[in-house]
Amino acid sequence: MALLRTEKLPVQSQDDVVQVRQAVRAWAVELGFSLVEQTKIVTAASELARNAVVHGGGGSVELESVETAGRRGLRLTFVDHGPGIADIEQAMKDGYTTGGGLGLGLGGAKRLSNDFEIRSQPGAGTWVRIVRWK
Amino acid sequence: MVSARNSLLADVLSRSQKDIFNEWVAAQLRSAGSRSDLITETELREQSRDFLQRLGAAVAAGSDDGDGPAWAPVRELLDTLSRARARRGFSASETATFIFSLKEPLFARLRQELGRDADALAAATWSATVLLDRLGLYTTEVYQKGREEVIARQQRELLELSTPVVELWDGVLGLPLIGTLDSARTQVVMENLLSRIVETGASIAIIDITGVPTVDTLVAQHLLKTIAAARLMGADCIISGIRPQIAQTIVHLGVDLNAVATKATLAGAFTVALQRTGYTVSRPPRA
Amino acid sequence: MERIPILKMGEFLLVSIQVDMHDRLAMTLQDDLTAQIVKRRARGVLIDISSLEIVDSFIGRTLANIAAMSRILDAETVVVGMRPAVAITLVELGMSLSGVRTALDVERGMAMLRASLAAGNGGAAGGDGAATH
Repeated sequence: MALLRTEKLPVQSQDDVVQVRQAVRAWAVELGFSLVEQTKIVTAASELARNAVVHGGGGSVELESVETAGRRGLRLTFVDHGPGIADIEQAMKDGYTTGGGLGLGLGGAKRLSNDFEIRSQPGAGTWVRIVRWK
Repeated sequence: MVSARNSLLADVLSRSQKDIFNEWVAAQLRSAGSRSDLITETELREQSRDFLQRLGAAVAAGSDDGDGPAWAPVRELLDTLSRARARRGFSASETATFIFSLKEPLFARLRQELGRDADALAAATWSATVLLDRLGLYTTEVYQKGREEVIARQQRELLELSTPVVELWDGVLGLPLIGTLDSARTQVVMENLLSRIVETGASIAIIDITGVPTVDTLVAQHLLKTIAAARLMGADCIISGIRPQIAQTIVHLGVDLNAVATKATLAGAFTVALQRTGYTVSRPPRA
Repeated sequence: MERIPILKMGEFLLVSIQVDMHDRLAMTLQDDLTAQIVKRRARGVLIDISSLEIVDSFIGRTLANIAAMSRILDAETVVVGMRPAVAITLVELGMSLSGVRTALDVERGMAMLRASLAAGNGGAAGGDGAATH
């Protein structure tokens, strides 16, 4: 996979969450995503950024444009060094909310992305990577 | 680190750029695939000049493999060029001719410079041909992708044409779906319907599936998502034309249509829509 | 501290969300609205989100909360102007926002609120077939 461009942003505060949304939007526009695709990845980024701030004690996100087999994509990697997630499967389910419950937005972020990868352990922080292909 | 071969190539390119340029353009114009109907001579000269400059810069930077950051400007040019040619209707080989026709003038120059040293000439010619082959193949790949994008776009336009959203009445839209629905088509339909709702200010959309032979879980899910999205925007949907087989399929699949209004016929749905938007239909008494 | 302005239009409150909201702002709006409903004895709330390019799960939940709280305070809430891309994404996210009434624009939203009031309807069940579960 070829890495074409990369940008790293802090995700420490709520204002950062807004910044991340805008940065992801700008990247998505530049990469030529349709409006619906842009909205999906920005929303997914918003969910994951919030997680990092609210549950992960703050972290960072890396935005990368990637290419594989001729397809261009936008890859976002969120990292925090917070408490980590004990039961990932359960956490993914909690994200499925119909308006009630807290939810972590993980399930939602996964549904809004083409690729989704998560690594987390209690005490070892959380690492989430999503990709939206064009 | 600049290899000996490289510096030779770089030298030749910079010293004889003008001659190579002229011969190369002439070769392109002469070739059978020059397509003067699709590209002007001025454009061709501009592209060729630009390419030679970028090529020269990349080789001078020290690498001759066609990869890496020094070659980004070259690839960028080839990206733009190939995509443009794909869109205009060039064939793959007509597009690749741009690169391959550079070989002859380049080799002629190499022969001139290195004619006395057979080994050096062979080495330089070899590395030049490998480089140009690589760039030519890259051009073809990008061209291929460009063609795929054109086809995808045409398919999409065809899909949009085949699923027209009709304004049945003030504030009432009709979407007669015909033929088999697949994931891609349903998505196009979804987005189309939603933007028409905004454009027309409709509060009701009748989705008629009389003309849809089969519905599978995925399609049913897409339809439900469309209806949910329309509802979020303030428009209600009514599904009409559900044939007995489809009703059976829906129940078997366990799809929950409880929240969606359904009517057997488009006419029935239309009546409901009129009522909901505050109209009554009456027939004046006959004399 | 920045706040989203709440306008009074007769018996209704009108909120137009024009900025990219962070969570704090959303919570403040929730607090401000419920306070205003009581203070102004409002019977309806219109939330215009036609400028919002993103509605994520937090904002979605906030809208649902506002609707629920308003109902308890005997006011109906209508969310208007959701963009197609946002609607599609919310559905994909899994948020149905059931319990939140919606309309295409402010005008229609107002009409809906007025009709609801005229029908003596303070509850969630809109008998006019408007867009609600």
